[in-house]
Amino acid sequence: MAEAAVKQTPTDAMIATLDMPQGGWSDAARRDALARVQAMGLPSRRDEYWKYTRPDTLVQAQAVPAALRDGDDTVLFDAVDRLKIVFVDGVFDAAASDDLALEGITIERLADATSDLHWARDVYGVLENNGQNPVPRPLAALNTAFAADGVLIHVTGKPSKPVNIIYRRTSTTADAMLHHCIKLDAGAELTLLENGPVAARFNGVLEVEIADKAAFHHVRAQGRDHEQRAATHIFTRLGTESTFKSFTLTANGVMTRNDCVIELTGDDAAAHVAGACVGDGGDFHHDDTVFITHDAVNCESRQVFKKVLRNGATGVFQGKILVKAGAQKTDGYQISQSLLLDEDSQFLAKPELEIYADDVACSHGSTSGAIDEDALFYLRSRGVPHGAATDLLTLAFLAEAVLEVEDEALREEVTGRLASWLERHAA
Amino acid sequence: MLSIKGLKVKLEDEDKQILKGVDLEIEAGKVHAIMGPNGSGKSTLSYVLSGKDGYEVTGGSATLEGVDLLDMDPEARAAAGLFLAFQYPVEIPGVGNMTFLRTAVNAQRKARGEEEMTAAEFLKVVRARAKELKIDADMLKRPVNVGFSGGEKKRNEILQMAMLEPKMCILDETDSGLDVDAMKLVAEGVNALRTEGRGFLVITHYQRLLDHIKPDVVHIMADGRIIKTGGPELALEVENNGYADILAEVA
Repeated sequence: MAEAAVKQTPTDAMIATLDMPQGGWSDAARRDALARVQAMGLPSRRDEYWKYTRPDTLVQAQAVPAALRDGDDTVLFDAVDRLKIVFVDGVFDAAASDDLALEGITIERLADATSDLHWARDVYGVLENNGQNPVPRPLAALNTAFAADGVLIHVTGKPSKPVNIIYRRTSTTADAMLHHCIKLDAGAELTLLENGPVAARFNGVLEVEIADKAAFHHVRAQGRDHEQRAATHIFTRLGTESTFKSFTLTANGVMTRNDCVIELTGDDAAAHVAGACVGDGGDFHHDDTVFITHDAVNCESRQVFKKVLRNGATGVFQGKILVKAGAQKTDGYQISQSLLLDEDSQFLAKPELEIYADDVACSHGSTSGAIDEDALFYLRSRGVPHGAATDLLTLAFLAEAVLEVEDEALREEVTGRLASWLERHAA
Repeated sequence: MLSIKGLKVKLEDEDKQILKGVDLEIEAGKVHAIMGPNGSGKSTLSYVLSGKDGYEVTGGSATLEGVDLLDMDPEARAAAGLFLAFQYPVEIPGVGNMTFLRTAVNAQRKARGEEEMTAAEFLKVVRARAKELKIDADMLKRPVNVGFSGGEKKRNEILQMAMLEPKMCILDETDSGLDVDAMKLVAEGVNALRTEGRGFLVITHYQRLLDHIKPDVVHIMADGRIIKTGGPELALEVENNGYADILAEVA
């Protein structure tokens, strides 16, 4: 009780600053979520799940202002034929967005969807609530309760192009909370791209319900924003023979916590989650936290996370694979690696396996290392300058994660972006 | 071309003198061979010339066409025209062989103020050179030296040499780990690069490589010094009698 009392104060302080949208189909979900947050309390350093990442700036009532920096990074996906949905400082911008009509898909703003009945009622806050056990994720429940906007995407077919949620920031103090819901019907397919600076502080939730034989691809770039603080959650549930593939590129930002909670509920499904992260400076803190539950037969899961850290940057990886009783023929793979470019940078990793089935193949590995001096000398002896040789080896280190992006054009954009970041952050 | 005078080198971390005053002059168009027993300092000489960390020069000089090599970074030495074919070529996972070659060629060109090669131009040249060395398209696509056999690695070294067109080539025990056929192939590759303007220093334990790459001058190195210099017949003498006679003669 004593601990709950200590935590109550910041939670109440945060809630006091927020307005809950009233009425409509999401009303009950929001009230339930509010009750969850109040019961759990916002995270503090004393929570096991926040041992390596200080939640302070994410949970305090006021966001820390973040300076705007202009255009030193390449903007991704500009060359891709896509449907654009633009949010400025966390607010939907209709004028900058494309017409939200595309065959095989319906797209609505969360703020506009106010009827009493809506398909999203089966997704909104539902997957988030499922993901609260066994580990509480109060920031996600807070988001369900208070998110003012987001997009609701119902995929019924195979749209001809990806949907790109583009974030832009004009304010140094914007504190944005966005909640996106995606539902893929049986056999449907969607590629979702997300990029751009969201806000000084961003709390984002993405819930993805994937029906049988449906496929969801997600490529996200968190960058071009040097002082952003962000806590994001992805919750997904996979049906039989369905696919979920999500890749996140993180460059810059001071505090990023990306949670990904995956539940494999149908047989023969595959879930891949990957990330490539480059961080420079003692203020940089990046945390990937993944929880994958295998609750069906013959499913595959794959986690590939690579981080390049320099000048005192910190990287965290917490990844868990839970194989429930009966989830036979599970194939689980998890790798988390860091390349530490100096002695001041650090990487903290907590891989976990919990297995209750007996016919299972699960492997995991975690490493921290420096640039291979022999390889560096070999490249230099061929005339490649020290900096370029280091960059080449760094990109080679990140390659396994980037390869998780299936589309070759998107993969090249990601690689190009990483290369230009490395050039700008020359040792 | 390559002029080494009284070169003395010790290990950086240990109080151990490896080279105790090496004198060597290699003229353009000539092939010099250095032979010598294990631990005589042959490989150290090649590493110090190419700029590897871990060694400290305590005396003497090494110049390439009059330019002091020892003060330069490894990449600057390469751009100045020095090339070392490694005894143990390094595997670099994640870096494609082709990317590596093109990056190296263009980095050197840039350092010398020359125009960089376009992708198409480069592809044409690399394909032709690779064919001569029986290097197939797959080897060019794979990560640098990863999963290559001993022979493939050495052929890949010669391909790099052919693409970079250095002035001064050092081959460090290029014959080690090769069967006779692979050695012939490598030697043919080297011989094709012998021109009037290019010098070679071939470091080897055995005379057999010198049957295929015929040297103009042979040096015997022992205990950090060149102790004897002669013509190709010196290599045969070593092959027949070992180093004992020569070492005894000098002592």
